[in-house]
Amino acid sequence: MAVAADSVGVVAPRRIAIATPLLLACGQRLNGFELMVETYGQLNAERSNAVLVCHALSGDHHAAGFHSPDDRKPGWWDSAIGPGKPIDTTKFFVVCLNNLGGCRGSTGPTTINPETGALWGPDFPIVTVRDWVASQALLADHLGIDAWAAVIGGSLGGMQVMQWTIDYPNRVRHALVIAAAPRISAQNIAFNEIARQAILSDPEFHGGRYIEAGARPERGLKLARMLGHITYLSDTAMRARFGRMLRDGDGQYNFNYDVEFEVESYLRHQGNSFVDRFDGNTYLLMTKALDYFDPAREYGDDLASAFRAATAKFLVVSFSVDWRFSPARSREIVNALIAAGRDVSYARIDSQLGHDDFLMPIPQYHAVLRNYLDRVATEGRA
Amino acid sequence: MSTPLRPDLALISGWIAPGSRILDLGCGDGALLAHLAKTRQVRGYGLEIDDDNVAACIAAGINVIQADVDDGLAEFADRSFDYVVMTQALQALVRPDQVLAEMLRVGREVIVTFPNFGHWRVRVALLGGHMPHTPALPANWYDTENIHLCTLADFDALCRASHWQVLERALLDRSHRAGASIRVAPNLFCEIALYKLRLPG
Repeated sequence: MAVAADSVGVVAPRRIAIATPLLLACGQRLNGFELMVETYGQLNAERSNAVLVCHALSGDHHAAGFHSPDDRKPGWWDSAIGPGKPIDTTKFFVVCLNNLGGCRGSTGPTTINPETGALWGPDFPIVTVRDWVASQALLADHLGIDAWAAVIGGSLGGMQVMQWTIDYPNRVRHALVIAAAPRISAQNIAFNEIARQAILSDPEFHGGRYIEAGARPERGLKLARMLGHITYLSDTAMRARFGRMLRDGDGQYNFNYDVEFEVESYLRHQGNSFVDRFDGNTYLLMTKALDYFDPAREYGDDLASAFRAATAKFLVVSFSVDWRFSPARSREIVNALIAAGRDVSYARIDSQLGHDDFLMPIPQYHAVLRNYLDRVATEGRA
Repeated sequence: MSTPLRPDLALISGWIAPGSRILDLGCGDGALLAHLAKTRQVRGYGLEIDDDNVAACIAAGINVIQADVDDGLAEFADRSFDYVVMTQALQALVRPDQVLAEMLRVGREVIVTFPNFGHWRVRVALLGGHMPHTPALPANWYDTENIHLCTLADFDALCRASHWQVLERALLDRSHRAGASIRVAPNLFCEIALYKLRLPG
């Protein structure tokens, strides 16, 4: 396979063991943990060009490049990370990890609890965005990075970015918060609850000990993902992409429950392919981390107060047709930052798909990212 | 190094106290905010709707918020800025009077500039039976963005009727100078008007 000039090429993840104990928000303590990490580009001598990319609900450490020359699919944000791309790996040392509680190699429900010798499964503690950020800070220590030039993330990743600026104000110079919200709405929690119920009520769930039982809550996980995908696209995008198109060309209704409309086929495909790569317990705890995220809560519900300790400069980006994390929610973040007197720019990108747009190479979106990060890179050299 | 600042923008910067908080409505590529950050150490934000201008502000390190001024300033708290500035955009708004009232709510003082539709070139063109093409108003009637043009007298009347206090006023010709003719007959010879307003009391 010929690797494109703007690709990071073939990359290999590393498993990094952190020996420092971590006290979690739920009160439980991890005496150590492992994180799967990928890095792209070179850390400079001053260690000033490191960029952390935080993943969203179903993401992992594989953000860019390929795992083998035969790999067909690149990392989840390959459109934005690479030589000459907006997150330019010739300028930045880019770090991406699978978050704690994930199912792609980092310590989580699918790994062994060293204290019991058994799979963590449903006993893995529910981690919060703050816990993730604390674990990422320990990772930064391990990598010898005092301060990130930028922390970047979309959706749930954007929430980690905000938490970084609040919890470690001196360790983040720039914060790029994309398609995020200061806390999720009742409607969003409701979607998450249905997703969780789908998994929890699957007969193959076995109280979360499905791996030991030789089973998987596939139907539940598939339903959860299908529901998610409805919310990642706008009504207009779904109409444009699928309309009422039928899979069979004859235009006749089948009067049964097989796949009939194109949109059904799309959702089933998304559900099926997700089941192959994701774990039910991880999905449960990731949605809980989303629900719990609310940095204003301990500041009298005043987000501006939460941001007052932050020293980072911010770029906030939203997408016009994203209704899961709408532009209005991004404006709440922007308004709080202005009230707190922080430096912030906000771009509202005209978009086509919905929440999914944050992974798309929309020219204006990438121009904004590129322009912002070019300055970050220049400032790092000064 | 950089191109010289438009004379009206230079004049505005003279009206701004050092270290203040500024909101620039329709900030374009951020030239005024960049100038004020350098010369007046202001902390500022620009509001801008155009994609290219937003990208240019971000490239220049200017704080820019992508939003439509016509959607109002409801997102901004009362008195959250020392100055709210709007240059050469008033006449393109759907409801300039309402936006001005909002600016006076959000800022302690308001600085606004607009082209004077009472200028003699405009009057001559209208006497000749045509909409004017002047250096300050170069577009055609059918493709102009300017939908609410006014004369100095009209603007003064709005300020009086709304009880807005005029703190400063600068009237410039098309080379951005305040000549003798403007002092004699301002509404005939002023092409660009700059006002600094605040609420009474």
